[in-house]
Amino acid sequence: MTTATARPAINRLFRFQWEPAQQAHVLLYPEGMVKLNQSAGEILKRCDGRRSVAEIVADLEAAFNASGLGADVEAFLSMAEAQNWIEWKDA
Amino acid sequence: MEPLLVPRRPGPLWLLAEVTYRCPLHCAFCYNPVDFAQAGPELATDDWLRVIRQAREMGAAQFGISGGEPLLRDDIEILVGEARRLGFYTNLITSGVGLTEARLAALKEAGLDHIQLSFQDATREANDLITNTRTFDLKRQVAALTKAAGYPTVINCVLHRTNIDHLDRIIEMAVEIGAEYLELANTQYHGWAFLNREALMPSAAQLAAAEAVTERWKAKLGKKMRILFVTPDYQSKKPKKCMNGWGEVFLSVTPDGLALPCHTARMLPGLDFPDVRDHDLAWIWHESPLFNRFRGTAWLPETCQSCEDKEQDHGGCRCQAFMLTGNAGATDPVCPKSPDHALIDAALAAAERPATTRPLVFRDPKASLSLDRAF
Repeated sequence: MTTATARPAINRLFRFQWEPAQQAHVLLYPEGMVKLNQSAGEILKRCDGRRSVAEIVADLEAAFNASGLGADVEAFLSMAEAQNWIEWKDA
Repeated sequence: MEPLLVPRRPGPLWLLAEVTYRCPLHCAFCYNPVDFAQAGPELATDDWLRVIRQAREMGAAQFGISGGEPLLRDDIEILVGEARRLGFYTNLITSGVGLTEARLAALKEAGLDHIQLSFQDATREANDLITNTRTFDLKRQVAALTKAAGYPTVINCVLHRTNIDHLDRIIEMAVEIGAEYLELANTQYHGWAFLNREALMPSAAQLAAAEAVTERWKAKLGKKMRILFVTPDYQSKKPKKCMNGWGEVFLSVTPDGLALPCHTARMLPGLDFPDVRDHDLAWIWHESPLFNRFRGTAWLPETCQSCEDKEQDHGGCRCQAFMLTGNAGATDPVCPKSPDHALIDAALAAAERPATTRPLVFRDPKASLSLDRAF
């Protein structure tokens, strides 16, 4: 599913937010919490159902002054999909 | 004075507000204390708001609102609204009785994230029998309402001897309702369920059949509907690390204001349960004798101290140990290494005998007062 035009969004079963006590982004779900590392947090922050994967990659590369992040982002999104953290909006 | 730079243990992650013991249902498997009718007056709205704010300041991120039936209080919209505003993930655990369209809209407006709806069985007759009420059709209507309001449909069904053979139909019903998530929780024998244990415990064959039915549906449904089958402690070979460790992540507050490290700890004798009207949550969590009593593993009995699994299970469930052995500090008898494990074998053997003739004792205030016992 992770084609460059597909638009990922946080699954409505989860809530994504910055958690001060954890100093991390987290995914909250009933009776549980996933604490995210910085790169996972930065990727999911951009999964708003409007941006395509290609746009997310470009945005991250600009924000962190990096290049060639596409493969890492796609690998993360595949894992996130398997965990049910994200869903895909039609391109 | 405490040194300022010593890092403290983290605060609770999960606050459960049991806002009332009142309930329109009378389920014979309820984990509430049998003597709930003797509890003191319910906390006021302002008390709950203070508890919510203190827990959030300590880093709690989950706010569960339960009971009894929480909808019997008219202020849960206020509590949910404040919790959500502070950044909690808010979860209403309800029988659905009292969840009208207007109330649902108000809760949604307040920012409620999630609703967990309990079903007791798949047919009207069986649902109404175990709850001693007429609520089945109403529950189906409520499930449709919450779905229409945009909530994922999350259903919890407690399994026991008298409904476990209907599991295929229960799962089918969850599919019909369009549930995204179904939790099949085998009865844990606390409170009223302990009182009714003989009538509620399924045989090994019933349990194995239920697991097979669940696996078949899981394979068929895949991600469309997630099913979680929670195995009963008695039939497990391993004790569970209760609440992920005493005083490690979970803090519950009873309707009358007692802070507890697990849902059922108020049955334990000889402990002083801190009242949230007298102490703040930081003191209760970090300093109170109650929350330190079974924290970590230093207190464990010899059976557990020499066991390689002690960090995984912390000796199991304190309430179970107490109900079965009379000693809250004993190894959970569910563990095959427990010197009291024969008690579990005896209960399992009893479940193999044909249907019990002991009548169910339904959870209601009258029975609670006349029984006059904690479990």
